[in-house]
Amino acid sequence: MNIILNGEDTIVAEGTTVTAILEERKTDPKTVVVEADGEILKPEDFETTVLKEGSVLEVLRFVGGG
Amino acid sequence: MTDNDEFIINGHKINSRLFLGTGKFGDDALIPKCIEVSGAHIVTVAIRRVDFNTNTDNITQHLPKDCILMPNTHGARNAEEAVRIARLGRAAGCGDWVKIEVVSDNKYLLPDNEETLKATEILVNDGFIVMPYMTPDLYAARRMRDAGAASVMPLGAPIGTNKGFKTRELVEIMCNELDIPVIVDAGIGKPSEAAECMEAGADAVLVNTAIATAADPVLMAEAFGEAVRAGRKAYLSGPGAVKSMAEASTPLTGFLR
Repeated sequence: MNIILNGEDTIVAEGTTVTAILEERKTDPKTVVVEADGEILKPEDFETTVLKEGSVLEVLRFVGGG
Repeated sequence: MTDNDEFIINGHKINSRLFLGTGKFGDDALIPKCIEVSGAHIVTVAIRRVDFNTNTDNITQHLPKDCILMPNTHGARNAEEAVRIARLGRAAGCGDWVKIEVVSDNKYLLPDNEETLKATEILVNDGFIVMPYMTPDLYAARRMRDAGAASVMPLGAPIGTNKGFKTRELVEIMCNELDIPVIVDAGIGKPSEAAECMEAGADAVLVNTAIATAADPVLMAEAFGEAVRAGRKAYLSGPGAVKSMAEASTPLTGFLR
C-alpha cells in the first residue's frame, strides 16, 4: 500500500507500524518525533500505530537553527 | 552591583544574556565549546524532517543537559504552521520554551507581526513560554505582551546579514516602554554591536550567524559573551552625558606656569 512519508510517496506492506518504518530506516525512535495524519504520536504508541493506505507520516528531529 | 543583576524570564533564572543559535555551524561538535566559553544558557534549535538517506545526528546530542533548549518555528508562514511546529518541538522533549518565527517574505525574511501575535495567543493558552521574534514595533510588542508573551525578540537587522544594530531607535523605545524582557535577535554581526544592544537597554542578545560563520567560532563565541557582559555593565553604570563641545578631563586649576 502507499503512504506519504516525509512528503514522498512510499510503498509499505499492509500492517506496517511506525516502529517498523523507523527500524527499516535505522532511525533511533528516541531521536525523533512522529506525526501521523496530523496527530502527534507518543513514543509508546509507535509500536501500536498501524499505517493505513494514504497515511501521511512526518518523522522529524531537531537540527541546528537560530 | 552586577552580582544582583538577575535575569528572569517567566520565573526562570537565566544565567547568561547571550542566547546562542545553533544553525550554520560547519561542525556541530563546536557548539558545546561555544556554549561553554560564552556562558550561553538558552540555545535555539529548529525542527526538520529526518533525511533517511543521510540519517544525520539529532543536534540535541551535542548540547549540554543544563541548557534551556528553545525550538524555533522556522519554516512557518502563518500562525497555524507555527503552532504545529511548536507542538512538535514540545513533543520532541524540548520543554515549554518556543521562539515563534513566522516569515512569508523570502527576500528580507522579515517576521510577520500579525501572524506572530495570533500564534502567541494560541501557544500561551497552550502553556508554552512564548518568545516571539518580531519586526520592531512598540504597539505590536505591547499586544504580544498582553497576550502573555514572556519576552519580545525584535530584529537588529535582517537575519543572517551581520549588519549590526540597525533598528536601534525603535528597539531602544521598546526597551524603555515594555515591562517584559526585550531580546535583540538577528543581524548582529560583531561583539561591539552586541554590546551596543546591551548599552541601549536590551535584556539579552541572540547570536547565531556571526558566531557560526566566524573563522574561529569558539573564539568569537567567547568574544560575544564578554561583549554582552560589558554592554550590560555599561547600561547599569549609567553612561555620562554626550556633549557637543570639548571639556577637559584633567582639572583646569593648579597649572605649572
